[in-house]
Amino acid sequence: MVSLFYFQLLSAGLFAIGLYGVLARRSAVLIVMSIELMLNAVNINLIAAASHLEGRGSFVRFDGQIIAIFIITIAAAEVGLALAIILRMYRNRSTVNVDEIDIMKW
Amino acid sequence: MSWFLFILLAVLTLGGGLGVVLTRNVVHAALALLLSLIAVAGVYLVLFAEFLALVQVLIYGGAVIIVLLFAIMLTRGSEYPRISDNRQWPLAALAAMGVLGVLIPSFLINSVDNTKAQSPAFTDLANSLFTRWAIPFEIASLVLLVALIGAIIIARTGRDEG
Repeated sequence: MVSLFYFQLLSAGLFAIGLYGVLARRSAVLIVMSIELMLNAVNINLIAAASHLEGRGSFVRFDGQIIAIFIITIAAAEVGLALAIILRMYRNRSTVNVDEIDIMKW
Repeated sequence: MSWFLFILLAVLTLGGGLGVVLTRNVVHAALALLLSLIAVAGVYLVLFAEFLALVQVLIYGGAVIIVLLFAIMLTRGSEYPRISDNRQWPLAALAAMGVLGVLIPSFLINSVDNTKAQSPAFTDLANSLFTRWAIPFEIASLVLLVALIGAIIIARTGRDEG
Protein backbone atom coordinates (compact mmCIF):
# COMPACT_ATOMS: atom_id res chain seq x y z
CA MET A 1 0.00 0.00 0.00
CA VAL A 2 1.07 3.57 -0.68
CA SER A 3 1.54 5.31 2.64
CA LEU A 4 0.18 8.71 3.53
CA PHE A 5 3.49 10.53 3.13
CA TYR A 6 3.66 10.01 -0.64
CA PHE A 7 0.20 11.49 -1.11
CA GLN A 8 1.30 14.48 0.96
CA LEU A 9 4.42 14.75 -1.20
CA LEU A 10 2.27 14.79 -4.36
CA SER A 11 -0.01 17.38 -2.80
CA ALA A 12 2.90 19.62 -1.78
CA GLY A 13 4.41 19.40 -5.25
CA LEU A 14 1.14 20.30 -6.95
CA PHE A 15 0.62 23.19 -4.53
CA ALA A 16 4.10 24.56 -5.25
CA ILE A 17 3.49 24.34 -9.01
CA GLY A 18 0.20 26.19 -8.61
CA LEU A 19 1.83 28.86 -6.46
CA TYR A 20 4.51 29.39 -9.09
CA GLY A 21 1.78 29.76 -11.73
CA VAL A 22 -0.15 32.32 -9.68
CA LEU A 23 2.95 34.42 -9.08
CA ALA A 24 4.61 34.15 -12.49
CA ARG A 25 1.78 34.22 -15.02
CA ARG A 26 0.42 37.43 -16.50
CA SER A 27 -2.83 36.32 -18.11
CA ALA A 28 -5.78 36.33 -15.68
CA VAL A 29 -7.14 33.10 -17.21
CA LEU A 30 -3.87 31.29 -16.48
CA ILE A 31 -3.87 32.62 -12.93
CA VAL A 32 -7.34 31.13 -12.41
CA MET A 33 -6.07 27.79 -13.76
CA SER A 34 -3.15 27.87 -11.32
CA ILE A 35 -5.56 28.56 -8.45
CA GLU A 36 -7.47 25.44 -9.51
CA LEU A 37 -4.23 23.45 -9.27
CA MET A 38 -3.66 24.71 -5.72
CA LEU A 39 -7.23 23.84 -4.69
CA ASN A 40 -6.75 20.34 -6.07
CA ALA A 41 -3.53 19.93 -4.12
CA VAL A 42 -5.41 20.80 -0.92
CA ASN A 43 -8.15 18.32 -1.86
CA ILE A 44 -5.63 15.50 -2.36
CA ASN A 45 -4.19 16.26 1.07
CA LEU A 46 -7.61 16.30 2.75
CA ILE A 47 -8.85 13.10 1.14
CA ALA A 48 -5.59 11.23 1.78
CA ALA A 49 -5.69 12.23 5.44
CA ALA A 50 -9.38 11.31 5.67
CA SER A 51 -8.96 7.81 4.32
CA HIS A 52 -5.60 7.02 5.96
CA LEU A 53 -6.21 8.45 9.43
CA GLU A 54 -9.88 7.48 9.85
CA GLY A 55 -10.63 6.79 13.50
CA ARG A 56 -7.42 8.35 14.88
CA GLY A 57 -7.86 11.35 17.12
CA SER A 58 -10.28 13.82 15.62
CA PHE A 59 -10.32 12.17 12.18
CA VAL A 60 -13.80 10.70 12.34
CA ARG A 61 -16.48 9.80 9.81
CA PHE A 62 -14.41 10.84 6.78
CA ASP A 63 -14.89 14.53 7.44
CA GLY A 64 -12.02 15.28 5.06
CA GLN A 65 -14.05 14.01 2.14
CA ILE A 66 -17.00 16.23 3.11
CA ILE A 67 -14.71 19.26 3.32
CA ALA A 68 -13.32 18.35 -0.10
CA ILE A 69 -16.87 18.34 -1.49
CA PHE A 70 -17.34 21.88 -0.13
CA ILE A 71 -14.02 22.98 -1.63
CA ILE A 72 -15.08 21.66 -5.04
CA THR A 73 -18.37 23.56 -4.72
CA ILE A 74 -16.64 26.82 -3.84
CA ALA A 75 -14.11 26.29 -6.65
CA ALA A 76 -16.92 25.93 -9.18
CA ALA A 77 -18.55 29.16 -7.95
CA GLU A 78 -15.18 30.89 -8.02
CA VAL A 79 -14.50 29.90 -11.63
CA GLY A 80 -17.90 31.21 -12.71
CA LEU A 81 -17.31 34.56 -11.02
CA ALA A 82 -13.76 34.74 -12.33
CA LEU A 83 -15.01 34.23 -15.89
CA ALA A 84 -17.52 37.08 -15.44
CA ILE A 85 -14.88 39.42 -14.02
CA ILE A 86 -12.38 38.53 -16.77
CA LEU A 87 -15.00 39.16 -19.46
CA ARG A 88 -15.89 42.54 -17.96
CA MET A 89 -12.20 43.42 -17.64
CA TYR A 90 -11.62 42.46 -21.26
CA ARG A 91 -14.58 44.52 -22.43
CA ASN A 92 -13.49 47.62 -20.52
CA ARG A 93 -9.72 47.51 -21.02
CA SER A 94 -9.39 45.01 -23.93
CA THR A 95 -6.72 43.08 -22.11
CA VAL A 96 -6.62 40.24 -19.59
CA ASN A 97 -3.01 40.94 -18.72
CA VAL A 98 -2.88 41.62 -14.99
CA ASP A 99 0.24 43.78 -15.34
CA GLU A 100 -1.74 46.33 -17.36
CA ILE A 101 -4.74 46.47 -14.99
CA ASP A 102 -3.06 48.95 -12.66
CA ILE A 103 -5.76 51.56 -12.15
CA MET A 104 -5.98 50.78 -8.42
CA LYS A 105 -2.20 50.59 -8.01
CA TRP A 106 -0.78 53.30 -5.82
CA MET B 1 -0.16 -2.62 -8.21
CA SER B 2 -1.32 0.38 -6.25
CA TRP B 3 2.27 1.69 -6.27
CA PHE B 4 2.37 1.44 -10.05
CA LEU B 5 -0.95 3.26 -10.37
CA PHE B 6 0.07 5.91 -7.86
CA ILE B 7 3.38 6.68 -9.60
CA LEU B 8 1.68 6.83 -13.00
CA LEU B 9 -1.03 9.17 -11.69
CA ALA B 10 1.46 11.32 -9.78
CA VAL B 11 3.56 11.77 -12.93
CA LEU B 12 0.45 12.70 -14.92
CA THR B 13 -0.74 15.13 -12.22
CA LEU B 14 2.58 16.91 -11.79
CA GLY B 15 3.29 16.85 -15.53
CA GLY B 16 -0.09 18.40 -16.26
CA GLY B 17 0.52 21.02 -13.60
CA LEU B 18 3.91 21.88 -15.06
CA GLY B 19 2.27 22.07 -18.46
CA VAL B 20 -0.23 24.61 -17.09
CA VAL B 21 2.42 26.90 -15.64
CA LEU B 22 5.11 26.55 -18.32
CA THR B 23 3.43 26.37 -21.73
CA ARG B 24 3.26 29.46 -23.94
CA ASN B 25 -0.10 28.57 -25.49
CA VAL B 26 -3.15 29.17 -23.32
CA VAL B 27 -5.30 26.50 -24.99
CA HIS B 28 -2.54 23.94 -24.36
CA ALA B 29 -2.52 25.12 -20.75
CA ALA B 30 -6.25 24.40 -20.46
CA LEU B 31 -5.77 20.91 -21.93
CA ALA B 32 -2.84 20.24 -19.57
CA LEU B 33 -5.08 21.33 -16.69
CA LEU B 34 -7.70 18.83 -17.87
CA LEU B 35 -5.06 16.05 -17.87
CA SER B 36 -3.95 17.02 -14.38
CA LEU B 37 -7.50 17.14 -12.98
CA ILE B 38 -8.45 13.75 -14.45
CA ALA B 39 -5.26 12.28 -12.97
CA VAL B 40 -6.28 13.76 -9.61
CA ALA B 41 -9.58 11.87 -9.98
CA GLY B 42 -7.47 8.73 -10.42
CA VAL B 43 -5.56 9.57 -7.23
CA TYR B 44 -8.91 9.76 -5.43
CA LEU B 45 -9.70 6.26 -6.75
CA VAL B 46 -6.37 4.98 -5.34
CA LEU B 47 -7.52 6.47 -2.01
CA PHE B 48 -10.90 4.63 -2.31
CA ALA B 49 -12.82 7.92 -2.52
CA GLU B 50 -15.06 6.83 -5.38
CA PHE B 51 -17.69 9.53 -4.92
CA LEU B 52 -15.07 12.28 -4.93
CA ALA B 53 -13.52 10.82 -8.09
CA LEU B 54 -16.92 10.94 -9.81
CA VAL B 55 -17.52 14.52 -8.64
CA GLN B 56 -14.03 15.52 -9.76
CA VAL B 57 -14.56 14.19 -13.29
CA LEU B 58 -18.02 15.74 -13.57
CA ILE B 59 -17.30 19.19 -12.14
CA TYR B 60 -13.66 19.80 -13.00
CA GLY B 61 -13.37 17.67 -16.13
CA GLY B 62 -16.73 18.87 -17.38
CA ALA B 63 -17.81 22.23 -16.08
CA VAL B 64 -14.66 24.06 -14.99
CA ILE B 65 -12.60 23.25 -18.09
CA ILE B 66 -15.47 24.23 -20.38
CA VAL B 67 -15.90 27.54 -18.53
CA LEU B 68 -12.17 28.24 -18.78
CA LEU B 69 -12.18 27.42 -22.50
CA PHE B 70 -15.11 29.83 -22.89
CA ALA B 71 -13.08 32.50 -21.10
CA ILE B 72 -10.16 31.91 -23.48
CA MET B 73 -12.45 31.97 -26.51
CA LEU B 74 -14.31 35.14 -25.52
CA THR B 75 -11.12 37.04 -24.72
CA ARG B 76 -9.71 36.54 -28.22
CA GLY B 77 -7.56 33.42 -27.94
CA SER B 78 -5.69 34.20 -31.15
CA GLU B 79 -3.66 36.79 -29.26
CA TYR B 80 -2.48 34.31 -26.73
CA PRO B 81 0.28 32.33 -28.50
CA ARG B 82 2.71 35.12 -27.65
CA ILE B 83 1.93 35.25 -23.93
CA SER B 84 4.90 35.58 -21.68
CA ASP B 85 5.52 35.38 -17.97
CA ASN B 86 6.26 38.49 -16.02
CA ARG B 87 9.72 39.54 -15.00
CA GLN B 88 9.43 38.31 -11.44
CA TRP B 89 9.36 34.64 -12.39
CA PRO B 90 12.68 33.78 -10.63
CA LEU B 91 11.18 35.23 -7.44
CA ALA B 92 8.04 33.14 -8.01
CA ALA B 93 10.13 29.99 -8.47
CA LEU B 94 12.00 30.84 -5.28
CA ALA B 95 8.71 31.28 -3.37
CA ALA B 96 7.37 27.98 -4.69
CA MET B 97 10.58 26.19 -3.69
CA GLY B 98 10.35 27.85 -0.27
CA VAL B 99 6.80 26.55 0.25
CA LEU B 100 7.94 23.09 -0.83
CA GLY B 101 10.87 23.34 1.57
CA VAL B 102 8.50 24.14 4.45
CA LEU B 103 5.83 21.57 3.58
CA ILE B 104 7.96 18.48 2.99
CA PRO B 105 9.95 18.62 6.28
CA SER B 106 6.73 19.26 8.19
CA PHE B 107 5.14 16.21 6.59
CA LEU B 108 8.29 14.20 7.40
CA ILE B 109 8.34 15.33 11.05
CA ASN B 110 4.65 14.61 11.61
CA SER B 111 4.58 11.39 9.62
CA VAL B 112 2.23 8.60 10.72
CA ASP B 113 3.38 5.01 10.28
CA ASN B 114 1.50 1.93 9.17
CA THR B 115 -1.56 3.57 7.76
CA LYS B 116 -3.89 1.90 5.31
CA ALA B 117 -6.43 3.62 3.12
CA GLN B 118 -9.99 2.89 4.23
CA SER B 119 -13.13 3.29 2.22
CA PRO B 120 -16.28 5.00 3.52
CA ALA B 121 -19.69 3.64 2.68
CA PHE B 122 -21.80 5.94 0.54
CA THR B 123 -24.53 5.94 3.18
CA ASP B 124 -22.05 7.11 5.83
CA LEU B 125 -20.96 10.00 3.65
CA ALA B 126 -24.55 10.98 2.93
CA ASN B 127 -25.52 10.73 6.60
CA SER B 128 -22.59 12.88 7.60
CA LEU B 129 -23.25 15.44 4.88
CA PHE B 130 -26.93 15.86 5.70
CA THR B 131 -26.75 15.69 9.49
CA ARG B 132 -23.49 16.99 10.97
CA TRP B 133 -22.70 19.17 7.95
CA ALA B 134 -26.25 20.23 7.08
CA ILE B 135 -25.79 23.94 7.84
CA PRO B 136 -22.54 24.30 5.86
CA PHE B 137 -24.31 22.42 3.05
CA GLU B 138 -27.16 24.95 2.98
CA ILE B 139 -24.68 27.84 3.15
CA ALA B 140 -22.78 26.33 0.21
CA SER B 141 -25.97 26.26 -1.87
CA LEU B 142 -26.60 29.91 -0.96
CA VAL B 143 -23.02 30.78 -1.95
CA LEU B 144 -23.54 29.09 -5.33
CA LEU B 145 -26.76 31.05 -5.90
CA VAL B 146 -25.13 34.36 -4.97
CA ALA B 147 -22.10 33.61 -7.15
CA LEU B 148 -24.29 32.79 -10.15
CA ILE B 149 -26.40 35.93 -9.78
CA GLY B 150 -23.27 38.02 -9.29
CA ALA B 151 -21.65 36.48 -12.36
CA ILE B 152 -24.72 37.27 -14.47
CA ILE B 153 -24.85 40.86 -13.23
CA ILE B 154 -21.12 41.46 -13.74
CA ALA B 155 -20.95 39.93 -17.22
CA ARG B 156 -24.25 41.33 -18.52
CA THR B 157 -24.27 43.88 -21.31
CA GLY B 158 -27.29 45.95 -20.42
CA ARG B 159 -28.25 49.44 -21.49
CA ASP B 160 -28.82 50.37 -17.86
CA GLU B 161 -25.39 49.40 -16.63
CA GLY B 162 -23.45 51.89 -14.58
